Amino acid sequence: MTTPSTLDKVADRAARATPDSVARRIGGLSDKAVAWLFIAPTITLLLAINIFPLIWTVYLSFTNYKANRSARGFQWIGTRNYERVLNDSDIWHTLQVTAHFVVWTMSIQVILGFGLAWLLNRQFKGHSFWTTLILLPMMLSPAVVGNFWTFLYQPQIGLFNYVIGFFAGIDASSFEMLGSVTLAPWAIVIVDTWMWTPYLMLICLAGLRSIPDYIYEAAEVDRASAWRQFWSITVPMVLPFLMLAVLFRAIENFKMFDLVVELTSGGPGSVTELASINLKREAFEKWRTGYSSAFAIILFVTVFGAANIYVKALNRVKQR
Amino acid sequence: MSAGAQAAFRPKAWTGRLAAATVIVYALVTMVPIAWIFMTGFKTPQDSISYPPKAVFEPSLEGYVNLFTTRTRQTPEYMRSLPPPETWYDELVRSRSMVIAGPSKFGERFTNSLIIGFGSTFFSVFLGTLAAYAFSRFTVPLKDDLLFFILSTRMMPPIAVAIPIFLMYRTLGLSDTHLGMIILYTAVNVSLSVWLLKGFVDEIPREYEEAAMIDGYSRFQAFYKVVLPQMTTGIAATAIFCLIFAWNEYAFALLLTSGTAQTAPPFIPTIIGEGGLDWPAVASGTTIFLLPVLFFTILLRKQLLRGITFGAVRK
Amino acid sequence: MPCGRNKNLREEIFMLKDGLRIAAGVGLAAGIVGASSLATAQDKEITLCWAAWDPANALVELSKDFTAATGIGMKYEFVPWPNFADRMLNELNSGGKLCDLMIGDSQWLGGSAENGHYVKLNEFFDKEGISMNDFLPATVYAYSTWPKGTPNYWALPAMGDALGWVYRKDWFTMPELREEFKKQFGRDLTPPTTWKELKEVASFFQGREIDGKTVYGAAIFTERGSEGITMGVTSALYPWGFRYQNPDRPYEMQSYVNSDGAAEALDFYKDLYECCTPPGYTDAYMSANLDAFKSGQVALMMNWFAFFPGLYKDPVVGGDKIGFMVNPAATTEASTLGGQGISVVAYSDKKEEALQYIKWFAQSEVQKKWWSLGGYSCHVAVLLDPNFASTAPFAADFLKAMSGVKDFWQEPAYAELLLAMQKRMHDYIVADEGTAAQALDLLIEDWTETFEDEGKL
Repeated sequence: MTTPSTLDKVADRAARATPDSVARRIGGLSDKAVAWLFIAPTITLLLAINIFPLIWTVYLSFTNYKANRSARGFQWIGTRNYERVLNDSDIWHTLQVTAHFVVWTMSIQVILGFGLAWLLNRQFKGHSFWTTLILLPMMLSPAVVGNFWTFLYQPQIGLFNYVIGFFAGIDASSFEMLGSVTLAPWAIVIVDTWMWTPYLMLICLAGLRSIPDYIYEAAEVDRASAWRQFWSITVPMVLPFLMLAVLFRAIENFKMFDLVVELTSGGPGSVTELASINLKREAFEKWRTGYSSAFAIILFVTVFGAANIYVKALNRVKQR
Repeated sequence: MSAGAQAAFRPKAWTGRLAAATVIVYALVTMVPIAWIFMTGFKTPQDSISYPPKAVFEPSLEGYVNLFTTRTRQTPEYMRSLPPPETWYDELVRSRSMVIAGPSKFGERFTNSLIIGFGSTFFSVFLGTLAAYAFSRFTVPLKDDLLFFILSTRMMPPIAVAIPIFLMYRTLGLSDTHLGMIILYTAVNVSLSVWLLKGFVDEIPREYEEAAMIDGYSRFQAFYKVVLPQMTTGIAATAIFCLIFAWNEYAFALLLTSGTAQTAPPFIPTIIGEGGLDWPAVASGTTIFLLPVLFFTILLRKQLLRGITFGAVRK
Repeated sequence: MPCGRNKNLREEIFMLKDGLRIAAGVGLAAGIVGASSLATAQDKEITLCWAAWDPANALVELSKDFTAATGIGMKYEFVPWPNFADRMLNELNSGGKLCDLMIGDSQWLGGSAENGHYVKLNEFFDKEGISMNDFLPATVYAYSTWPKGTPNYWALPAMGDALGWVYRKDWFTMPELREEFKKQFGRDLTPPTTWKELKEVASFFQGREIDGKTVYGAAIFTERGSEGITMGVTSALYPWGFRYQNPDRPYEMQSYVNSDGAAEALDFYKDLYECCTPPGYTDAYMSANLDAFKSGQVALMMNWFAFFPGLYKDPVVGGDKIGFMVNPAATTEASTLGGQGISVVAYSDKKEEALQYIKWFAQSEVQKKWWSLGGYSCHVAVLLDPNFASTAPFAADFLKAMSGVKDFWQEPAYAELLLAMQKRMHDYIVADEGTAAQALDLLIEDWTETFEDEGKL
């Protein structure tokens, strides 16, 4: 049954089913025509679902439009929305919260991910089985899993509190991970770390495995210490991989919505209100479409700009 | 595949064992929440909220029954007036002095997830295969810019994209429809699909098609008779990645669907029992929802690296 | 390429293909199931949207009579409270056809009327002889009219509701507790009638051992995401004489919203939250409170009257273990309004059938059955029946509460106003930022901005 040519047969059948005239018409196309025929649908779709909406968002950001009040009409108000967003202390607060979240999740995950990769690279017996286990959390749905974590974090009945209480010798209901102003920002960092450390780990592992043996062998000949080998061979060789992983994850965490919305929905107060959560409130609960469009554009420009600067740095590291 | 590091370090046996032990402990700790989801699904509501948390308990299917049904509480007199229960789940529900009022929405939402997930996967892989082949084999003007453009569409926060999409879908009547969600997820996934598949096509030697074309195949025939069969692994891996992303997606589903086309992720957190959250029902819904992903992740473990880096790192 | 690796690769290909084949099979099956479920959908079937709570179950039971009488099938979309407003307003704003009938919150009226989400019912009422005089004037005002108090009807009052309290009657009657309470406070342990008394009682029970379990004082609303903390705080603000605006000069909020009484009420609510709630009570709304009360954790619980029939029937804490009371007074008596009217969604393809449902629902016989099943009818045939007060232990309190209800802004921009209040209240009470006066000043700033955007200031 499992012949590798199943698709072959399907293709054959498709070819036979194609009327001769059509086949000849397609078959006779020049390479250039085939190229455009193949690329055009994708580009069209992206223009319709990504670029057209982006332009529309830019347009809306200069108006006072409200999507729940279409009947009322709207006016062009110039850059007023941008001024309001940039002068809004609540917006700056959410950006601060986001920065805290991104910086801490990245720092912890880089250390943990690299450490795990380094240990796994020793390839002990059964290492591939354990690697697969470690990888599982990152493929799960953040919203669905985040929702379940609220259960683990319950002060009275939650497993997390129980385990911490048990090992720290304190009462499990004496601290609230999601309800306390000081702990909630860390509660979201913990869950994100649990989910995404494997991501860093996997990419670091690829980096470690890309280092050819002979470099270490040469270092051995030079009697370089293990410590020196680590800092002058391992780290620089893995760095481009690590930076790439950080790029991908930092962008994702800057946009973070699903996991944190299910965990805290921004609370208590506003101490875990990330930029995307605030944006959702402005756009889909308050329905300040114009204002939130301006905020969205600012966020997009920030991500895009930061990513570009970062990629330049990454290229410099690679060239070294 | 090298064993470079340990050759260089010549680790003593005990450091190797320590490394293994650390990794195993970490793996076990990360598995606890997943195991707890699975276990909670088989607890009774009382067991699920007991203190201290129960690791050993008598398994019950109450969570699964509650997940798939809606129930109403009845007076003892009414319960006594009923004919004896016909099925085991009837009996289970009645032992809580409730009767089954009807099916829950979970089945519908799960079906929506399947329809939208598979539908969008099909289209994104279809479009992606064509575009990837063209980008790999032809000189396309502004190729790098186009490829970067395709990737950059993923940098927008989903909430930001959702604002105009919401307005667009409202005008077109696509709000809360399967078609609307399939189109949207296809657009989100096609960038991944193009980038991943381009990597796979690049690995297939051009000589194969060139030989075929010398034999009289047209470019088109060479593509589907020679290249496509070579791409099956890549297509399968890409399809699974697209499926997982669509399956897990939450923000768009939350904002653009309300019932008819709502998928499971925004629905599962809103499963409630009598009074508060019915954790065993939530956990059983979560288990059913996560199992396919776990299955595919294990199946796909060798391709994961490629998938999560858009093909940038291939090992 | 070493051949060992080649073999692995091939195995992998097979595995992936198997996986894909299984997946395709599942997908196909799902498609078939989906298609067949579409095929079985009836033509004459309308969907009613409401929150997922006890009264919704009662409505399902009641509506069986409607299907029997008219042959029109009923489908339901019940959304849990924390997501209800969000999901349903999104549905209305996207012009969705999911709901034919909507039992929506009183505060949605302004927006839904102005933006044409709801069908205006005046003509229909006139034609069918449905008179708004048959419903309690306070409920018609709150659940049907926009602009407020004018005879423009957008809904039929469906579910009367206000915020009330329940307490553990069995604990209140324990002799040793009564004695200790009297020694401590110099009065009998009775259901509190003022907020000050309520806090005394709550602090008395906080951390106490009863039947070998640690119990706590009061379960109150502190939820951040939807409307929870606002509903809780306003039930303290109103008795302290809180007003949203100058009655003579609309939208003038200075020295009304941030009056001394308002700041005092806010501080009182914060004190109550800090002294007398169960641990981890930072994000609690209806269901968290129900959980706390039903599991025997708290002596007092704030919640909507809608839940009281269910609580009275509860096998563990119901019956003679539970007592009911209206919202306590401070300088005056007042309760926070809940409840909903039933409206026809303007985007529905089945408006005729939906109107038929409203016509059926408005009958006094149906309304009587509605009350008997646990729904709070607003019909005078039910509420003004001389025997009404004796039909349930909470019936008299319900009437009393409804005679002094106050509601949040019903402005079209209500969501903006509500979210601002949610943030300011949670920031102050739970996250402990600033002072009460500052929180109220910030709230006025937010609201002023909204009303300026609205062109009302």
